[in-house]
Amino acid sequence: MRRSVFTACLGATLMLGMGALGVIQKSFVASAQQKMESMEVKIDNFTFGPAALTVPVGTTVTWTNKDDIPHTVVSTDEPKAFKSKVLDTDEKFSFTFSKAGSYPYFCSIHPKMTGKVIVQ
Amino acid sequence: MSEKKKDEILHDHNHDGIDRRGFLKCMAWAGTGAFCVIQGGVLKSYSLSRLPEPGSKEAMGELSFVQISDSHMGFNKPANPDVAGTLKAAVDKINGLSAAPEFMLHTGDISHLSKPEEFDTVDQILKSAKPKDVFYVPGEHDVLNDDGKQFLERYGKGSKGGGWYSFDKKGVHFVGLVNVMNLKAGGLGTLGHDQLEWLEDDVKHLKSSTPIVVFAHIPLWSVYPEWGWGTEDSAQALAYLKKFGSVTVLNGHIHQTMQKVEGNVTFHTAASTAFPQPAPGKADSPGPMKVPAEQLKSVLGITDVNYVQGQHALAVVDSSLA
Repeated sequence: MRRSVFTACLGATLMLGMGALGVIQKSFVASAQQKMESMEVKIDNFTFGPAALTVPVGTTVTWTNKDDIPHTVVSTDEPKAFKSKVLDTDEKFSFTFSKAGSYPYFCSIHPKMTGKVIVQ
Repeated sequence: MSEKKKDEILHDHNHDGIDRRGFLKCMAWAGTGAFCVIQGGVLKSYSLSRLPEPGSKEAMGELSFVQISDSHMGFNKPANPDVAGTLKAAVDKINGLSAAPEFMLHTGDISHLSKPEEFDTVDQILKSAKPKDVFYVPGEHDVLNDDGKQFLERYGKGSKGGGWYSFDKKGVHFVGLVNVMNLKAGGLGTLGHDQLEWLEDDVKHLKSSTPIVVFAHIPLWSVYPEWGWGTEDSAQALAYLKKFGSVTVLNGHIHQTMQKVEGNVTFHTAASTAFPQPAPGKADSPGPMKVPAEQLKSVLGITDVNYVQGQHALAVVDSSLA
């Protein structure tokens, strides 16, 4: 092979390789970021969805009320691990779970609505 | 001679001037805007458009009051973008009754989000109602964020604990109960130990012939537990009222009229003045139910209640806003 072509090929391969590495790195970082990003719970039709959510320690969970009636997110433990103010339609509440455990909660306005966050 | 046409009382088991068949017939008339009065042991009905003159002894009972419920001031979603307008229509309806009610009961969810301006707006609108006295019990929407502190400041003068109280009018004993505080996960409405103890003491010395009216937000009977439509410890409350010959329970919360007669107790829920909700189990959830705009007023309403002294049963009549 001609040297120049060889160099070009080598260069291309290297760049491809580095590009690939970069992509791999990015996706690694991205998935790690996803783990630390907000996990979502959607409130709609008098239901928390998903009703049971498992997340790693350190996750911030965000509840968004998509229902046309207000709801709250209140821990059932004593003392309460978290307690949102009243969430009208489209309002959100976030809580970061820094300790492992099981966190049952409910809507204090409509107590039949219950959910659980399991932190591992 | 046909007994049927005369509507005479045939089986007066409780000796209170009303028999179950007659009472249920009266309830059926209620949907057409009829008005029932029990006088001298005979049920008389009048359609709202043909009522005799106000104040005439023939037609009017001795005590007349109105129940409104679930005004949800502050709600502005498609099910009703103008809850202030429909509350005003309810006031117009009340002001148009030929027997002017002496006072009003509001069985809760006055506001939608417990905001001061929402309570203020309701107060303002109700000022134009002819009956000047209004007695309130809170709904769960009235005690958000502050465990009911604002509600108690506004409407809880003279009340005990979480806002319960009683008063007397023309020999009828009224009891306002609170079943929307300290709700537990997965649970229903709850009265709680302190309130039950107070209730037992409050009615202990009353003669069993005293008509009782109990009003609270969440139904005190099991309408539909899956949707939280019931009160966990209401059986205890009703046990304290067992001795009375006439107990009328007035509730709200479910945004539709429903009634049940059980022995001496008549349970009745009122329509909302804001928006309707689906019948039990007829939808995924008990949220606001959209109806075509021109039908909205027909599914909202007020409840008119009349009592004739000497007769124990109260006549409870619902009328829609249109």
